[in-house]
Amino acid sequence: MPARREGFRPLDYLLFSLVTLAVMLLCVCVGSVGLSLSDVARTLWRGLVGLPAQEGLSSAIILAVRLPRVLCVALTGASLALCGGAMQGLLRNPLADGSTLGVSSGASLGAVIAIAFGITFPALPFAGTMLMAILFGFLSMVVILSLASRLDGSLATGTIILVGVIWSMFVSSILSLIITFAGERVRSITFWTMGSLQGSDYGNALVLLGALSLCGGVLLLRSRELNAFAVGEDNALSVGVDVRRVKLLVLVCVSALVGVCVSIGGAIGFVGLVTPHMTRLIVGPNHRRLLPASMFAGAVFLLLADLLARVLLNPVELPIGVVTSFAGSIAFVIIFYRARKGDAHA
Amino acid sequence: MLEALDLRVCYGARTVLDGVGFSVREGDWLMIAGPNGAGKSTALGALAQSVPYAGRVLISGRDARRMPARERARWMGTLTQNHFVGYAFTVEEVVRLGRYAYAGALGGRARADEQAVEDALLRTGMAGLRGHSVLTLSGGELQRAFLAQVFAQNPRVLLLDEPANHLDLPYQQQVFGLIREWLQTPGRAAVSVVHDLSLALCYGTRALLLREGRVVADAPAREALAPDNLRQAYDMDVHGWMRGLLAQWEQRG
Repeated sequence: MPARREGFRPLDYLLFSLVTLAVMLLCVCVGSVGLSLSDVARTLWRGLVGLPAQEGLSSAIILAVRLPRVLCVALTGASLALCGGAMQGLLRNPLADGSTLGVSSGASLGAVIAIAFGITFPALPFAGTMLMAILFGFLSMVVILSLASRLDGSLATGTIILVGVIWSMFVSSILSLIITFAGERVRSITFWTMGSLQGSDYGNALVLLGALSLCGGVLLLRSRELNAFAVGEDNALSVGVDVRRVKLLVLVCVSALVGVCVSIGGAIGFVGLVTPHMTRLIVGPNHRRLLPASMFAGAVFLLLADLLARVLLNPVELPIGVVTSFAGSIAFVIIFYRARKGDAHA
Repeated sequence: MLEALDLRVCYGARTVLDGVGFSVREGDWLMIAGPNGAGKSTALGALAQSVPYAGRVLISGRDARRMPARERARWMGTLTQNHFVGYAFTVEEVVRLGRYAYAGALGGRARADEQAVEDALLRTGMAGLRGHSVLTLSGGELQRAFLAQVFAQNPRVLLLDEPANHLDLPYQQQVFGLIREWLQTPGRAAVSVVHDLSLALCYGTRALLLREGRVVADAPAREALAPDNLRQAYDMDVHGWMRGLLAQWEQRG
């Protein structure tokens, strides 16, 4: 049997980028108002080379509505899938991701508290929500892992999921309590719990790009350490990984990235669970290939989910979290079923 | 080259290691033996830095706790008895992890890394299975894959926690033979936790006999595993029992 390639080659990046760009283009074209590919291409080209935008509705839809949304969806999908892939490696657990571990709901709680109590920084009105989402995402992860390791030192799959579910329910109860007393802010709060990237702008895309470049870059650079963790934590220690430092670094980056995603798009479930798992079936478990491939796969998955959310019941738009959770739940059952049969770690 | 000074480990209110000290010199194969709960694996865990402990572990005179993880891995490598690999890594990917301590910041492959991986795969007879998923291997093959990893790591001291436990006799012979062969290179040493006292006597140069977290004997293997020491450690006539077992075999002809 031939040995698998170690890393992700430039050609792979090119191929995956082309597929992602093609799906992004499709998502810009399709919607409540259908746009031709030539119109979209012309408008984007003019924007890219710095020519003034053409007059007309299609140009406004493309540049002001669809393009920033598609960019945010792709970046959110890439970020969540990358976080899921990293967590699944770190915990040696194919069912780990931000949502099953309760990090997303924790981040939502942070964002909701910021909205309900009006926590903002005067210079950066948006940063209060974001900082609270990041902080609560990280605190959730610390609480869940501490409780799980106290219950079961080996951090077994079942224990983490159980603690994650309990934590999510606990967070839900606090969210319900806040919503009860939130008065006119309820509508805004419900957005965080269901997930939606409707109305995202270029500023959001820039924040997501910055977070993905920084935190995602760190995670990608820790691929070898994640391979060692995925083989076993004791093994990672034996081969020379600074276990505590790397674990903390990965947890901080995942919490920050999930926190940023939640602060912009709300709690979008299952992207981080489904895409790394499906990608692992194609490229294998080596994180040097798995993480970059998952990023692209996550972007494509969420783009298609967002497209479905927009067109399925047109003109009514579904929250994107509904579509991802629907697909994700089915995938979750399949993974669990296969895990029981002993072949879930393909 | 490796020294443990006054090691103490407590799990809650229970003291598992109580002031254990020993040293390992070049060419030594130190066998840590004793009944269940004596603290054998805990002592090895303290050496490997996977168990929190009081006291000191010195590697060539330097405190192991203060040593950077990568440098420590160039000195010590650990082979455990059980491996629960989470995903379908290939044998080669697992063996290549052994070179982590030598890799540059971006993890590029050097010729020395390639050579070390090849040598380790060949030495352990795993070259033919290099592309196979570790999830498809038998217990013996999996143990050889991880032995190849630790050989590729090329540490000065091998720490082995019951390396042949659960393996059938041919695999036990293979694993112990490979480790003995590895020890032939000057500047190397090994520390093993063993339950099988025959293996300890046959392969060990020294033995550390523990009971309830304290040292019963620390001497050359034949001396440490003398009948009186074993009686003190196990509360039974180990020699008499083993002689009886051997007599049964001899009677069968």
